[in-house]
Amino acid sequence: MPSDRCDHCDKPAVVHELVIKNGTTLEVHLCEEHASAQGYVLPSHQPVHQLLTQFAVGAPAKSAAAKQKVVKACTTCGRTLAQIRETGLLGCADCYRTFEDGLQSLIERAQAGANFHIGRTPRGERDAAARHELRTRLVRELDEAVSAEQYERAAKLRDRIHQMKDAGDCEV
Amino acid sequence: MRINETSVWQNGTGPDGDVVVSSRVRLARNLAGFPFVNRASAPQRHEVVRMVQGARWPDDLAQSLVWVNVQQATAIDRNILVERHLISKQFADGDLPRAVAISPDETLSVMVNEEDHLRIQVLRAGARLGDCFDAIEVLDRSLEQSLDFAFTSRWGFLTACPTNVGCGIRLSVMLHLPGLKLTNEIEKVRRAAKDMHLAVRGFYGEGSEVIGDFYQVSNQITLGRSEQDLFDHFAQFVVTSLVDYERTARGVLVRQSGTLVDDRVHRALGILRSARLLTADEAMKLLSRVRLGVCLGRVNDVDLATVHRLFLQVQPAHLKVLTQTEEQDAELRETRATLVRRALGGR
Repeated sequence: MPSDRCDHCDKPAVVHELVIKNGTTLEVHLCEEHASAQGYVLPSHQPVHQLLTQFAVGAPAKSAAAKQKVVKACTTCGRTLAQIRETGLLGCADCYRTFEDGLQSLIERAQAGANFHIGRTPRGERDAAARHELRTRLVRELDEAVSAEQYERAAKLRDRIHQMKDAGDCEV
Repeated sequence: MRINETSVWQNGTGPDGDVVVSSRVRLARNLAGFPFVNRASAPQRHEVVRMVQGARWPDDLAQSLVWVNVQQATAIDRNILVERHLISKQFADGDLPRAVAISPDETLSVMVNEEDHLRIQVLRAGARLGDCFDAIEVLDRSLEQSLDFAFTSRWGFLTACPTNVGCGIRLSVMLHLPGLKLTNEIEKVRRAAKDMHLAVRGFYGEGSEVIGDFYQVSNQITLGRSEQDLFDHFAQFVVTSLVDYERTARGVLVRQSGTLVDDRVHRALGILRSARLLTADEAMKLLSRVRLGVCLGRVNDVDLATVHRLFLQVQPAHLKVLTQTEEQDAELRETRATLVRRALGGR
């Protein structure tokens, strides 16, 4: 019967081995500390909840085919592509990003092959485009002002560009 | 709302009114940050209604819009709104928080929490898609001042159903096509419409049956073309072609089978003036024939406004309210026949 205590101390043994040396069989019982000291590699501790999860869901998928069976759901609303195909309805705006690959062919079929928007843009988008245009113009004018050695004008232009940056209006 | 009368866009007047009963433009919009209606919780739906009600509406509308809490409305009120084409059947039948805003002249309705957070529709009598198109753009621009609509540069305005994504616009006309039906040309129209990516639906839109030779024709494509392109093609080519086609068919009918047409029209009028029991479908079918006769000048003692008023008044909810009856739909036939007979001067 194996000992439940370490051969070198009184701590519980975690390694139990039979070692055959010069024809003699020896039992080795080591605690965690002494096992590490003698070069045994111990498995890292695994949280209990992780074990339970693995038990509940079965072994982790190893093959590519098994991985594909994992159902992808929108992290925002929980809708799956299968549900979208079944109901014809997406659950939220983020579904368009989550399922972009699967949706593209579906949308192309519904929209006579079209797969991008041409048309009206809402205010926020228009404002962003206008800000981008303004910034481009200001940067160009700054460049011209510096070239023309108009330092006072250049300083004002620089301030204006930085104000836009501070306000988060554009990427500088 | 005076339910003994049609709304101004339903009275059969307007350009090309002999064929085009009405024009409609509808926009689908969703609020950024909220799940679409089919995944939204009741509190989220309430919040969407609250936000749309508090949005920046054009000044003239802000004061005059009538808001109806559809969740709390009675079944008869909801059905009245369906029959007046101000809400969809699907919207009327739901049981979660939802509302509709209606302009006093009923040319505008905004359903909140239908399939999308907002379904905005503008209606006009006759072939007046241009007016609808302009009016809805003004409203859309006004609302977006205070509402962030779900949008990406790739897909445009995001909608619950991908068939609306992009512009979210649906242009449609309600057409009266008895000529094409009688000359057996209607299937050709359906096939051509399919090839041109147009939807052909019934009197109450999606999922409804064709009654009385009324067909709702609309664009199906909403992505990859601008609103203006969609409008130009639909209004200037599709509608114009269909109007010409129907008029040609009516002309052929009158030239080749004038007596047959007259018999059909006056037989219908005779039944409507004499019948003691009428179902809504039969009344619609017969009124449709009378409408053809009026438009062709073969009936002189009935005007188009009366025919259109009856199209509305023979519907169950309107009939119940007008006659203040508690009868079930199946028992309304006598009440309906009496109303029609009196309106058309029968005995």
